[in-house]
Amino acid sequence: MSIFTKILQYIFTGLTIGSIFAMVGLGFNIIYNATDIINFAQGEFVMIGGMVMVSLTKGMNIPMIPAFFLTIIIVAIVGILLERLAINPLSNPSIITIIIITIGASIVFKGLAMLIWGKDTFILPAFTGETPINVGGAVIIPQSIWVLGITLLVVACLAVFFEKTLLGKAMRACATNRKAASLMGINVNRMVMLSFALSAAIGAVSGVIITPISLMDYHRGTMLAIKGFAAAILGGLGSGAGAVIAGFLIGIMESMGAGFISSGYKDAIALVVLLLVLFIKPTGLMGKSELR
Amino acid sequence: MLKLVSVSTYYGAIQALKGVSIHIKKGEIVTLIGANGAGKTTTLNTISGLLHPKKGQIFFQDMEITRFSPERIVSLGISQAPEGRQIFATMSVMDNLLLGSYHRYKRKTRRQIQQDMDVIFELFPVLKERIKQKAGTLSGGEQQMLAIGRAFMSRPKILLLDEPSMGLAPLVIKEIFSKIKALRDEGATILLVEQNAKAALNIADRGYVIETGKVVFQETTEKLKENKEVQRAYLGKGYKEVWE
Ligand SMILES: Nc1ncnc2c1ncn2[C@@H]1O[C@H](COP(=O)(O)OP(=O)(O)O)[C@@H](O)[C@H]1O
Ligand SMILES: [Mg+2]
Repeated sequence: MSIFTKILQYIFTGLTIGSIFAMVGLGFNIIYNATDIINFAQGEFVMIGGMVMVSLTKGMNIPMIPAFFLTIIIVAIVGILLERLAINPLSNPSIITIIIITIGASIVFKGLAMLIWGKDTFILPAFTGETPINVGGAVIIPQSIWVLGITLLVVACLAVFFEKTLLGKAMRACATNRKAASLMGINVNRMVMLSFALSAAIGAVSGVIITPISLMDYHRGTMLAIKGFAAAILGGLGSGAGAVIAGFLIGIMESMGAGFISSGYKDAIALVVLLLVLFIKPTGLMGKSELR
Repeated sequence: MLKLVSVSTYYGAIQALKGVSIHIKKGEIVTLIGANGAGKTTTLNTISGLLHPKKGQIFFQDMEITRFSPERIVSLGISQAPEGRQIFATMSVMDNLLLGSYHRYKRKTRRQIQQDMDVIFELFPVLKERIKQKAGTLSGGEQQMLAIGRAFMSRPKILLLDEPSMGLAPLVIKEIFSKIKALRDEGATILLVEQNAKAALNIADRGYVIETGKVVFQETTEKLKENKEVQRAYLGKGYKEVWE
């Protein structure tokens, strides 16, 4: 393989896994924007999404498309439960309390997943076949195209939701000024709940689409949370477009790093990026405001 | 129309309102004047349901609304343009106004909302020119107009305005206050909170003076303007001038 084919190949791989980082990063941002909370349980939504999809399709023989939607709904409910049971009851919690609670929640989710699904690794069939497509000497598997396409679709839907619908605008209003949003008759409490549901739903989507490629087990969520968080920070906390671009960038860096250096360093790359951004430019690529 | 009966509101252990009783009748502009820290904003936020009083009651059109949520209070017809404007800075002028109509926004009401927006644009033409601009790029006066317009978009039966003159040049204050008066002349009922007693007393029908959480005077504006204590403390006239 020539160096160019290699690079092309790494880019394909990077974009695929980067899609998931992008979506996890988006999930972080949606909740952060509505609440100032960084939900470290974000990666667990992806894991639960993949696992629930496995149970629905393999365990209960539900056809793929209805199972996909059912998975989204179930994981969204998990998100709502998290908000109602662990976040909402606190009045004026400190940042550190919130961090501890969301990390705690992720440990609980992981434990429950281990009880339900055990320690096995699961796989889902690719949506449409496994025959790789040849592009300029590099290969791309059909599922990668699904992952990219669905990610871009999710991004587009979110953009329309936040820019064009009144509900989306109301959520943004809560993010910019909670008190004023209340005075407009917006139920801020419900918007916070909605932000958790939405983030969880996006997590579920990414879990379902990535499991055919990278498989899923109960403790996959933590690393995804770290990488998604790195994407959110690199993109600039709160910036949706930033998270998407950063997610793809981190995905590509990771696959290049694994390819050219050693796959042993793969997981370290996102962490290095995270630390570098925090040292050099904490507001990220597209961040507007200072971190608190 | 709106009545507060010995309302006491606390911030934790600090009592900010000590039995405030005020009322506003339909079609009036009533002003609540007082120095910084007197409890004006606390009064409005208690009415709006952002704060709940420990003691006392609030009635709106003979219904007790004391512990209602802010959403419910807005949909009953009480709307506030808060202190310091609090516009949604990163969103367009249009979106700010639309969000003002949030509680009544449905497919059916869209035309009505458009019409109400046109009313705002007639009152504040500059907002129409800036419709697509981000609200944060507006001047202070324009932001105040937007805050009032946004509050008006909920079709309130009563409008609560918290220091609309804050930080504005005298000419701008004059313009905005004349618009507030115009709103009243078209039938709006307004509770106007101000530190700028002079401007407020010029357009109000009645006024209350609040000091450290207590209402100390309530009079028609003519009488308040003549009141020596008010002149000294709020209208910037020295003792000498008053006694001469
Ligand atoms: N969030 C708060 N926490 C504690 N005390 C407050 C808070 N907001 C206002 N206060 C206190 O309540 C009193 C009344 O404040 P406020 O209603 O804002 O006055 P005004 O609007 O007349 O300037 C002041 O003594 C102020 O220090
Ligand atoms: Mg005030």
